[in-house]
Amino acid sequence: MSLSNKHLLGLYGVPREDIQLILDTATTFREVLERPIKKVPTLQGKTIVNLFYENSTRTRISFELAQKRLSADTINFSTSVSSTKKGETFKDTVRNIEAMKVDMIVVRHQSAGVPHYLTRISKANIINAGDGLHEHPTQGLLDMYSIREKFGRLEGLNVCLVGDIAHSRVALSNIFGLKTMGANVSVCGPATMIPYGIQSLGIKVYQNINEAISKNNVLNVLRIQLERNAGERIPSLREYHRYFGITAERLEKYNKDILILHPGPINRGVELSSEVADGPYQIILDQVTNGVAVRMAVLYLLGTMH
Amino acid sequence: MKIVLKNVHLLNPEQNLNRKCDLLIENGIITKIGSLKESEVKDAAVHNFEDKYCVPGLFDMHVHLREPGREDEETVVTGSDAAAAGGFTGIACMPNTEPAIDSAEVVRFIKEQSQNHLVEVYPIGAATLKRKGEALSPMYELFEAGVVGFSDDGVSIKTAAILRHAMEYAGMFNVPIIEHCEDESLANGVMNEGINSTLLGMPPIPALAEDLIVMRDIMMAEFTGSKIHIAHISSKKAVELVRQAKKKGIKITAEVTPHHFTLTDDSIKTFDTNFKMNPPLRTREDVNAVIEGLKDGTIDCIASDHAPHSIEEKEMEFIYAPNGIVGLETQLGLALTELVHKKHLTIEELVMKLSINPRKILNLPVPIFSEGQPANLTIIDPDIVWTADISKFKSKSKNSPFDKRLLTGKSIAVISKNKMFYEDKFINLNI
Repeated sequence: MSLSNKHLLGLYGVPREDIQLILDTATTFREVLERPIKKVPTLQGKTIVNLFYENSTRTRISFELAQKRLSADTINFSTSVSSTKKGETFKDTVRNIEAMKVDMIVVRHQSAGVPHYLTRISKANIINAGDGLHEHPTQGLLDMYSIREKFGRLEGLNVCLVGDIAHSRVALSNIFGLKTMGANVSVCGPATMIPYGIQSLGIKVYQNINEAISKNNVLNVLRIQLERNAGERIPSLREYHRYFGITAERLEKYNKDILILHPGPINRGVELSSEVADGPYQIILDQVTNGVAVRMAVLYLLGTMH
Repeated sequence: MKIVLKNVHLLNPEQNLNRKCDLLIENGIITKIGSLKESEVKDAAVHNFEDKYCVPGLFDMHVHLREPGREDEETVVTGSDAAAAGGFTGIACMPNTEPAIDSAEVVRFIKEQSQNHLVEVYPIGAATLKRKGEALSPMYELFEAGVVGFSDDGVSIKTAAILRHAMEYAGMFNVPIIEHCEDESLANGVMNEGINSTLLGMPPIPALAEDLIVMRDIMMAEFTGSKIHIAHISSKKAVELVRQAKKKGIKITAEVTPHHFTLTDDSIKTFDTNFKMNPPLRTREDVNAVIEGLKDGTIDCIASDHAPHSIEEKEMEFIYAPNGIVGLETQLGLALTELVHKKHLTIEELVMKLSINPRKILNLPVPIFSEGQPANLTIIDPDIVWTADISKFKSKSKNSPFDKRLLTGKSIAVISKNKMFYEDKFINLNI
């Protein structure tokens, strides 16, 4: 079994069999992570560059750890300065890295489409670790893995993404992946945070959080990103929390069986109350562990393709 | 020097002229129209243009020449070369140069650069100093130096108050204000807002940003009685607003670019920055609306918005890449392919929109085909099938989304100012 594409650029258009294969492979690696010796020699001799043009702690660490667990050689290239300011063009940077003979590039960038552009200028396997507000496919995969682990399936589940949908690459990857896997996907958030025409993708839009809680099996709660000018679209964090925040009170009142995911980092007291963030409904830290296993699966499947 | 254009299909809607004949041109002046005798064509250079149209020289009223300031991307001369190759004998150049065209010196400089060229270059003056939207440029002085319109192109004139003053002032000499219509506060994105921007996670620009300023400008034109010209119209609603304004007799005109009647925002899925322009490529519905606007006369003319950018600037991450594409050398081919061959416009209507109307909007004389008149003409082969090829462009810049595109119809020669561009060469007819 192998994937149908040598890159993972997003979950849009990725066939069901590919997602299934990644999730099943991740299950094997998840088991490896429980062993006393957590390392396998699968990608020995492969060189992977983590090309991060945007600040990231957890995604980069998760990828790096996944690469080390697979015995790959890892190089980190991080800069938060855009290429326009730096003097060297993005293309030149990539050509330089390419000249050092790398096998895979994991890339995060402020601009949508950079991983796709990379496939045109590099021969390496490209993995998108977040491109602008477009996609973050490994996050989408690890969310699906975590949901599947809890429910044993994705098909037919009601999953709602909550928060700033218009400025979230996590939302889009979840939407594309979950729909392919047969889940019923909806979104909930203030009207100013819902992207144009989302309903035409067959996505239900809730503007009442209580209704979203009562009608869904899973809420995937997104971070309110102040660094993306969320302040222009909501009056205050206080008001956001009051009308869209997930509190233990709401969960107890409207749906005691709900599962809460959050891609992190959490704004406590904004999208989640601390009680929920630490409480029984959530699987936030499981998501982090699963993230390593899912990234191992992706790296392994792409790195061993012929 | 004498030249003869044999068997041309002479077409000039302005004169109701539509006939097959020969043209004798001596030292740049048309000396005979009709059937030429053997004795008259003796010692002349004879070009047999059977089945080719001979139309008044084409005119592109929206070109960025980048000189002064970015001569690495385009100069007055290279841009004029591209114009001649594309079939144009006249262009108007936008003032967003460095420095901006906001002083008579810059106007004179551009005119000097172009004085020996076949293509006539008419500068458009900045409406406000440095195009900042704060203080009026020396409009009268610019007018006297030769500008044919005023614009802060690249952006709209910033406030209603300064727009009012610019229009009232330009109204004194009947020169149009040319507006790039975009509400800045709504336009901090990189592509059209629609289902594609949602799917691609790209910061969107709603058509509303264009529509609001078109509406403001219509009201201002009505209020001041001065002329407004809407540059590169692209949205369905904006076309409808202009249509209604024309019905009310408001002095408004509009242009559309070939990319806005050819391409949609579906192209952005390739993440190719050659599809990044402003206004952004819109939806199929908008494309249909601008074509409808061309057909019913709501949109007066076609203009390229020729916007050269260097390779290193354009080949960049999508959100950082600059807007715009070169268009002079594909414009006529696209217009023939997309509009004439698809039966949206007749060849006469196309000549109106690519030659006569833009000149009239800018108060320039329309070339006339009669004995004693200077020859200012374009020879069009409407049926030749060719492939656009950026490596053959005369323009210094190659940022075109139409590279390798199959087109039907192109210009094969232009004559103006006693010069001819034919078979990839400039020929001086003054010998």
